[in-house]
Amino acid sequence: MSTWHDYFKEQGHAPDWPYPIRYDQEQEIDADVLVLGGGIAGCWAAISAARQGLNVVLVEKGDTVRSGAGGPGCDHWCNVPANPVSNVDTDEWAEHMADRPYCNGIGIQIQCREDYDCLLELEQMGGKIRDTGDEYVGAQGRDEKTKFMISPRYTRIHSYFPVPETEAEKEKFRKSEHKLSNVVIRVWGSTFKPALKKECKRLGVRIFDRVVVTSLLTENGVQGARVVGATGLNSRTGEFMIFKSKAAILATAGSGSMWLISTELGGYCNMMPRTVSGDGTAMAWRAGAELTTMENNGILRIATGYKHKWYTGAGDASYENVPIVDANGKVLPYPIQGWVDWGAMVPFPEVEEAVREKILKGEYALPFYGDFPAMPEVERNATWNLMLGEESTTKVIIKTFSNAGYDPSRDLLQSYRFIEGNSLPQWREASHSGGLLVDWDLKTTLDGLYAAGMQMFAPEDHSYAAATGRYAGRKAAAYARQVGEPKISGEQVALEKARVYAPVKRSSGMEWKELHAGIARAMQYYCSEFKTESLLKMGLGTLRRIEEESVPLLFALDPHKLMRSLEDLSLLTHAQIIIHASLARKASSTPLNFHRIDYPALDPPEWRKYLTIKLENGKVKIGELPLAFWGNMKKQYEARNKDYTGVYKGK
Amino acid sequence: MTQEKVSAMPNVVTPSAPVIFNPDICDGCNTCVEVCQIDVFMPNPVKGKPPIILHPDECWYGGCCVIDCPRPGAITFNWPLQQRGYWKNKATGEVHQI
Ligand SMILES: Cc1cc2nc3c(=O)[nH]c(=O)nc-3n(C[C@H](O)[C@H](O)[C@H](O)COP(=O)(O)OP(=O)(O)OC[C@H]3O[C@@H](n4cnc5c(N)ncnc54)[C@H](O)[C@@H]3O)c2cc1C
Ligand code: SF4
Ligand code: SF4
Repeated sequence: MSTWHDYFKEQGHAPDWPYPIRYDQEQEIDADVLVLGGGIAGCWAAISAARQGLNVVLVEKGDTVRSGAGGPGCDHWCNVPANPVSNVDTDEWAEHMADRPYCNGIGIQIQCREDYDCLLELEQMGGKIRDTGDEYVGAQGRDEKTKFMISPRYTRIHSYFPVPETEAEKEKFRKSEHKLSNVVIRVWGSTFKPALKKECKRLGVRIFDRVVVTSLLTENGVQGARVVGATGLNSRTGEFMIFKSKAAILATAGSGSMWLISTELGGYCNMMPRTVSGDGTAMAWRAGAELTTMENNGILRIATGYKHKWYTGAGDASYENVPIVDANGKVLPYPIQGWVDWGAMVPFPEVEEAVREKILKGEYALPFYGDFPAMPEVERNATWNLMLGEESTTKVIIKTFSNAGYDPSRDLLQSYRFIEGNSLPQWREASHSGGLLVDWDLKTTLDGLYAAGMQMFAPEDHSYAAATGRYAGRKAAAYARQVGEPKISGEQVALEKARVYAPVKRSSGMEWKELHAGIARAMQYYCSEFKTESLLKMGLGTLRRIEEESVPLLFALDPHKLMRSLEDLSLLTHAQIIIHASLARKASSTPLNFHRIDYPALDPPEWRKYLTIKLENGKVKIGELPLAFWGNMKKQYEARNKDYTGVYKGK
Repeated sequence: MTQEKVSAMPNVVTPSAPVIFNPDICDGCNTCVEVCQIDVFMPNPVKGKPPIILHPDECWYGGCCVIDCPRPGAITFNWPLQQRGYWKNKATGEVHQI
């Protein structure tokens, strides 16, 4: 007996809710620094603030031990130019990374300067970062002295995608002969999250697991005023939590599936876990914080729930360093994210197109396979056991394949590229683009509120989340030391309580998944491939109708489903922000994946700028910032971090 | 055919079992319940018994429950049929699926 219906059949009734129900009951907690979201950025923020000797509280929707996108693991410490094996200059590399339109140069500079220190600190905490067991001696990229395993990713390029814009640039990449960058290190990331939680506890951080943060509290309840705390809901008991803080750090990551939900594989509709559902963005918006690049979103390529693909989907052969062959063993001209190419994760579009043509002509036979047996043994082991073994949700993939009899030295692993088809242009995701605008302290536009990791606009990856979390913790602690006691508004708390509990007051109507699917469909129709003023306005109208007619029907049978319902309310707000931002950009843009039929000019000079968006007195306000508004990255960083002491040496 | 009581039930949520417990090995320690970021499981009302899969449709298939279980064999991953991967023996050409 392990499924619900087994239980029902055997017992003749549904199981009782396993936790005490405490709807409407309140708990109040005081913090100097309040960290919202206990993923990678949140844990690092809490650790770094606690090292300053402050009273730190961490609030996490799941359980901090494995929560968030990086909870199960991480193979690539992606961008660590300050490591001793690196062949690049740290600040030059940072500038190179930030040389992409609409990125976040502040976060990148912090990552490049500090993520090597984070890595060494992780080792102090018990994380595994080098081949201490000499398992991969002889693998390319392994450095004998440090036992670091340099990854074949970003060997010559500086992003996942080979997207040089001009022909001359493309030619340069093709011919690229300059030495390897050595900026990505393979790590044993499944050891990280438990080590981070342990360190939080050791430093006295008070952790509230299974609490979903629902809103930010502002001074006198005023939109745009200093943030003085947050409210939360325990997703097992339904208890209401009120947190008071001198400084808060928002680290709940970006949005989850917005344009798509498979109602049967509901936990699996984009790459990120369901817990990452745009809550932080929605609550910061309601509090009056400024957001940017919210109009940027791209096609959801993997883990849609409708497709069979790598990471959250049962394995695919297109992993690092693995040659791809057709069904007859003919080698494909694919990048294999390896030493023999330039380290990108996807091919040039024209290569992809040429392969497609040859498939249609019968020159390549489907399906394709990853030719693990053709690899030298040590390289195969490094990819299968280390890269796949540690890259987040893939650890269980290799375990399951191995249990079922798959042997990488003997068997070709099937690829689903081409046979599973492409994603529809209406299946989009927003998780890597829009987010909170921050300054060089990673402070948002609201006093008392900082942001880190994927919560910020244009975020990068795991080590970026770590470094920016650690940095935000330091800066928020400094602010908390000099600021007065927070005062929260009882009226604001009461209003939020009424909003939060509304769905449990009903026992029929509309459940969260239907609401989610309705929002997703509205976004598919009105804010996807074809954007015009009138379509976008129809989208806003549809979302408003959902708000007025469907939200009042939303019901939740227990605290868990109440949490899911609140996530979808965040999603609704998030969708509205995206449409407002899309209406504001009256030009098309390639780097923003943004195509306005009524403004077809691509990236005209006057529109090469960030658009910012916020609520002011309940009204949408649009602003703008020039590209690279952060100034000289090296100088700005150094001016603000004279007191930075490097790797933590305290107890 | 033995007659058993048939209840009027709604369709079972599918896929209904992202994992399979082995009640002979699982001691109901609930580690898997705690590490699951989604809260797919609930502790069994009977102490010492495997957890109950309450929200299978919310599973992220990240596998922490399986990886962190302290009792080998107590819990195995169970991909939904449409997500099960294939491979081919390079020498014989024989195709297998998980
Ligand atoms: C399958 C997979 C593989 C990856 N592999 C790599 C890799 O090898 N290298 C790499 O660099 N990057 C990798 N990444 C990306 C990396 O994991 C993320 O960039 C990183 O985790 C982002 O950190 P974060 O703290 O911003 O977000 P997360 O780590 O996702 O943390 C956000 C946290 O906020 C919590 N939360 C959300 N809403 C609320 C709320 N309302 N209240 C309370 N808590 C809330 C969530 O539960 C979560 O724990 C991978 C991601 C995935 C999904
Ligand atoms: S499956 Fe493993 S972790 Fe889960 S209750 Fe059983 S023994 Fe504990
Ligand atoms: S695979 Fe992940 S989401 Fe699914 S039950 Fe296990 S721990 Fe939970």
